[in-house]
Amino acid sequence: MTEMIATRNAYGETLAELGEKNEKIVVLDADLSGSTRTAFFAKKFPERFFDCGIAEANMMGIAAGLATTGLIPFASTFAVFATGRTYDQIRCSIAYPKLNVKICASHSGITVGEDGATHQALEDIALMRVLPNMTVIVPSDANQTRKAVRAIAEYDGPCYLRLGRPKVPVLEEQPFRIGKANVLREGTDCTVIACGHMVSKALEAADQSEYSIRVVNMHTIKPIDKDVIIESARMGPIVTVEEHSVIGGLGSAVAEVVSQHSPTRMKIMGVNDTFGRSGKPDELLSYYHLTTDDIIQSIKEVMR
Amino acid sequence: MDAKGLEEKAKVIRKHILESTCAAGSGHPGGSLSATEIVTVLYFHEMRHDPKNPKWEERDRFVLSKGHAAPLLYAALAESGYFPVETLKTLRKINSNLQGHPDMKSVPGVEASTGSLGQGLSIAVGMALGLKLQGKDSRVFCLIGDGESQEGQIWEAAMAASHYKLDNLTVFLDRNGLQIDGFTEKVMALEPLAEKWRSFGWDVQKINGNSITEVMNALKHKSDKPKIIIALTTKGKGVSFMENVPEWHGKAPDQKQLMEALEELK
Repeated sequence: MTEMIATRNAYGETLAELGEKNEKIVVLDADLSGSTRTAFFAKKFPERFFDCGIAEANMMGIAAGLATTGLIPFASTFAVFATGRTYDQIRCSIAYPKLNVKICASHSGITVGEDGATHQALEDIALMRVLPNMTVIVPSDANQTRKAVRAIAEYDGPCYLRLGRPKVPVLEEQPFRIGKANVLREGTDCTVIACGHMVSKALEAADQSEYSIRVVNMHTIKPIDKDVIIESARMGPIVTVEEHSVIGGLGSAVAEVVSQHSPTRMKIMGVNDTFGRSGKPDELLSYYHLTTDDIIQSIKEVMR
Repeated sequence: MDAKGLEEKAKVIRKHILESTCAAGSGHPGGSLSATEIVTVLYFHEMRHDPKNPKWEERDRFVLSKGHAAPLLYAALAESGYFPVETLKTLRKINSNLQGHPDMKSVPGVEASTGSLGQGLSIAVGMALGLKLQGKDSRVFCLIGDGESQEGQIWEAAMAASHYKLDNLTVFLDRNGLQIDGFTEKVMALEPLAEKWRSFGWDVQKINGNSITEVMNALKHKSDKPKIIIALTTKGKGVSFMENVPEWHGKAPDQKQLMEALEELK
């Protein structure tokens, strides 16, 4: 049985660990510390934890100010509030001056579940990716989240780390380097490029598909690993899978590279330009056609 | 610098504001002229800073939340010695570091990138919090506009500053009464401002913000709360045809108007 851990959990635990080694790390939240798991850090280091209340815009500004004094702020809330609600604050106060702020957002995508559309961020990758100076990371599982949190703490500059609510499969240990995609399976017919927990579904699809599938974990959406995309495009068609709108996210980022460097047939899988809805995470993944079977079907389509 | 020296310095700063916006052919003279005394007193009397070492860790910080008053900030920085005064003539020009609104990455001495209103005070709160946490006795000063105070984020920051007991933070509110569309009280009424800030847990003073001595005296006042100085000012102060005229919020003087204005400043 595959072990299941939520990426937000791995985030909270790693942050609390890092707090011991690095006194520069400070953590901010907007009244969701239990859910984002920054509560683990808050419990260990109350003097370095700032609950900003339900005022996300102000939280981003405070994070920017803290960064100017040499501290390393990690600001967390749900992905909808961490990006859409505070877009201009991130744009002007963090990304433009390239301040060392880590925006770590939990509850991304439809797998937020029952809370429904208002709480399901399906645009956050697009919003963060379009900002100059911003690094955008969507780790595939708990192990990769741990490594990503350590990596962004070391990296000097604004980062967006996209985390999720539900428990998702823990994959085999993979190396992690910002901007360097992981090729998890080699194949010869077609490539599936995925991010977040869609990577585990891409692996299942590859195992079950009648074709020989290369599987790429594109954990860093920006800066994107062009070499791996071009290599894949030269081999054959590409399917991208993300728990995000089909507009502006991983699929778009891959298409930008493919169209300019090595055009090939593509299928972008994600939420098809619509809002989310209430339901259980697995029901929602079926509803929006983001299951392993859907990936197998998409592979067939591009191979046709 | 004493009050007399500061009066003279304020005149020089005003001259730079008018000349640089004239050279740029655009910019915001009105709200730069209204806050000239405040910024002059801060840079040439009150703040601990070192133009030779802009990143000096022990320095006091100034955040221009009303970023459109960039001509004022640039003039104060140039006069302090952060960069040559001649650079002011490149304001808003292609290849210049002096962007239309302050960019902390390109101009030494600029502490925050501002221009999208309502954000600078939150940054100042973060700075004050970070400095306190690291045991530094540096102070943070922030200049906000009155029109800017219509942004909800200002009040989020106000709440946070008193919650975190930031006695190292002093805000100047440039109460010139005007915003782009007209009088603040007509566009979106702000009063009673003093009561609002007091109820948010701040130490509130109200002064004539175009008086060097009143600005100096207000800064002497001590409190264990975050401090706000509501500075009653005149938009376009010092140039008769600009004073209290809304259109000078974001319009540069032409050459003829510049000559007239400089004549008045003498």
